[in-house]
Amino acid sequence: MSTPKDERDEYQLPGTLGRREFLKIAGGGIVIAVSMGDFELSAQEGRRGGASYPEDFNAYLLIGADGKVTGYTGKIEMGQGAISSLPQLIADELDVRYETVDMVMGDTDLCPYDMGTFGSLTIRMFGPALRAAAAEARAVLIELAAEKLKVPAADLAVKDGVVFEKAKPSNKVSYGELAGGKKIERHIKPKPPVKDVSQWQVMGKPFFHKDAAAKVTGKALYAGDIRLPGMLYAKVLRPPAMGAKIKTLDTAAAEKIAGIRVVRDGELVAALHELPDVAASALALVKAEFDIPASKLDDENIFDHLLSVAPEARNVASGGDLKEGESLAANIFEETYLNGYVAHAPMEPHTAIADVKGDKATVWASTQGPFRVKEEVAQAAGIPAAGVHVIMPFVGGGFGGKTRNIQATQAARLSKIAGRPVQVAWSREDEFFNDSFRPAAVVKIRSGTDKNGKIVFWDYNVYFAGERSSAQFYAIPHHRTLSRGEWGGGGGAGTHPFAVGAWRAPGSNTNVFARESHIDIMAAKAGMDPLDFRMKNLTDERMKQVLKAAADKFGWTAAPLPSRRGTAIVCADYNGTYIATAAKVSVDRRSGGIQVERVVCAQDMGQCVNPQGATIQIEGCITMGLGYSLTEEMHFKGNEIRDLNFDSYELPRFSWLPKIETVLVRNDALPASGGGEPAIINMGAVVANALFDATGARLRRLPLTPKRVKAALAAMEK
Amino acid sequence: MNQTIPFTLNGKSVSLSVDGERKLLWVLRTDLGLTGTKFGCGEGFCAACTVLVDGEAVRSCQYPVKNAAGKSVLTIEGLAQNGKLHPLQEAFVKHDALQCGFCTPGMILVAYEFLKKNPKPTEKDVREALEGNLCRCGAHTRIIQAVLDAAGTR
Repeated sequence: MSTPKDERDEYQLPGTLGRREFLKIAGGGIVIAVSMGDFELSAQEGRRGGASYPEDFNAYLLIGADGKVTGYTGKIEMGQGAISSLPQLIADELDVRYETVDMVMGDTDLCPYDMGTFGSLTIRMFGPALRAAAAEARAVLIELAAEKLKVPAADLAVKDGVVFEKAKPSNKVSYGELAGGKKIERHIKPKPPVKDVSQWQVMGKPFFHKDAAAKVTGKALYAGDIRLPGMLYAKVLRPPAMGAKIKTLDTAAAEKIAGIRVVRDGELVAALHELPDVAASALALVKAEFDIPASKLDDENIFDHLLSVAPEARNVASGGDLKEGESLAANIFEETYLNGYVAHAPMEPHTAIADVKGDKATVWASTQGPFRVKEEVAQAAGIPAAGVHVIMPFVGGGFGGKTRNIQATQAARLSKIAGRPVQVAWSREDEFFNDSFRPAAVVKIRSGTDKNGKIVFWDYNVYFAGERSSAQFYAIPHHRTLSRGEWGGGGGAGTHPFAVGAWRAPGSNTNVFARESHIDIMAAKAGMDPLDFRMKNLTDERMKQVLKAAADKFGWTAAPLPSRRGTAIVCADYNGTYIATAAKVSVDRRSGGIQVERVVCAQDMGQCVNPQGATIQIEGCITMGLGYSLTEEMHFKGNEIRDLNFDSYELPRFSWLPKIETVLVRNDALPASGGGEPAIINMGAVVANALFDATGARLRRLPLTPKRVKAALAAMEK
Repeated sequence: MNQTIPFTLNGKSVSLSVDGERKLLWVLRTDLGLTGTKFGCGEGFCAACTVLVDGEAVRSCQYPVKNAAGKSVLTIEGLAQNGKLHPLQEAFVKHDALQCGFCTPGMILVAYEFLKKNPKPTEKDVREALEGNLCRCGAHTRIIQAVLDAAGTR
């Protein structure tokens, strides 16, 4: 039999390194100054800020004798494109060609600590640390060159990694010759400044996915593609409902299959075999009875339940006096908005392979947080964290769901028991069942307008979505925003029937849906155009400019709501990134189906490092956002999840696609804010408002399923 | 239950002694070490596991390996020839038509079969051809442009 196994060294990890070359580096004993004890780790978790990254540039950069630059980052690559944009920061600050910079991502032995890849924070929070490191390295290299060339540093310049005398360019030395792949002991205090945006050469220019060639050839390695000698594949028993406990277990039939080993460690039961499909067949023969905790909750009564268990409110923002505001109101609006549980559903289910040997473990995991995996695996396997090495393959989508790493701890426990490397790759059903869903949430808004269509008061109460993007930004004299619970839970045991967590732009999707729906309800009552109504109630010039950019691109013309054109325009602030989205929909009144025909999104993210990457993220957000707007919600009864695969849990498809247009509103006056999430947060609101504009039907609950749309249309006809 | 199953894989002859009921996906990924073909849902709903058997796109997670006997199987690893990317692969790179890349092999192979049968498609044709392929990152618009570009009808 001829097998292509010997070609596997061509397979690639994040970065452009081949596997063989990467392993050479990883095993080559290169000294990198990352000395971070547990104390520092926990302090960083507490601070959650960019200031916590290491200050030694050696933690971020290695300049090889050949002049090639390797950047080290604790961030991971899951499709968001950090692999392409981070080298821009290094190349620009260091004055080397983009092509000579490669990244090693998320390797816990090689890379500086990072809390995880989420929250659109890579460029916003990690970017400044990386740029500062590269800028200092450049200054040190110039100092070294000054000594070597016997020329004052002020008389030197750098181009493409070569330092030369300005007056005599032939007097030169390359970074490679200066650094030689060794750690540089010198530092510069105070640290040199990073480049002003006006000096950017590489940043601000469009760069395509660096990993595209590896991904179109199938050579990009994901966690499930890692092969270790002697490895076993584990299939883990999934209980029938959340919280179910094993009552009886019969593994006899499964264990009759040759080569099968069934392992039980508490509630963790798995079939292990040298072939994953045989492990799955064996698992199907495991007979188990469970005690299932009783629950009366389902996807309809969950909202009343959440209101009843809500903890005390936190004041997110307030100003003026609500009572006084109410006295000024000619019209008062009181509405409740609902949003169901939504799954992350990355195309790659959670996967990990762990090799636990004594008090050491090597782990490859599909995760957004390799340094968390390090801690969690250490705990699960009962070994010191210092002995755990997490290596990051490419991640097949995360969206917040891969901040939880249960699969990695399962693999570690099973590897420890089996004494061999064990891969745990969840099935799609496992993936849905074990997900940490975007929480179901309720928003109650009470507001008022005066007779001129000015909003005079705003009383906003969000339950369990979280507070992100909840604070309103209109010029409202009397307002209050209260938040109860959060996207990670926050209501005590029994609040949610299953795990909840961060889902792309956590909190914001629900908050913007509620706020911007409510704004249109007020605009309709005032007989106004939704854009005019917003402009009238905004004094934030930056927001007005973003709205105008979207409106101009869309070709917006004013008409009172509902115009029967099926158009809408909404705006939002996501952690400092401003976005405005205009859309047009058509509604099939017979089926209740909504087709989103066109979406225009304008985004002001401050300085933009990679316009190509930013554009792609906006497009992706718009497309993904169609799902939670139109179909996605988790159905459940008691603790039993009803949607376990893509037959009933419907993701956006090609036929749903609107024409998508994007505008990057240039704003070099502000530092770079995030771009991975913002554009998704307008989608629920813009589609719901466009539905109203098309039909006059107002839905206050997402998703806008055909059934709900039909029912709303039928109710209007009565 | 093992049987000998000879077939052509990416232009080379292979002969396996395996349980013929096992699904082609796992034989490719495990026995043959070709991990470019991805598991997405296990039920044929997502098309991440698509490979071509005698030119027909099949969901390898549903396809018993015995059915491949005597046939020609093409996986994503076999598309580039002599280190040169296939025009579809080139078009995906040129249009940045991917993000996480996990659905990409399936997308490309479904598009490959489709373009063989419909060399001059419209945008609507491409959408319909790819309707069964799921992508969570939302690379759809660029994938359509890439396929049209590869066909020369963009």
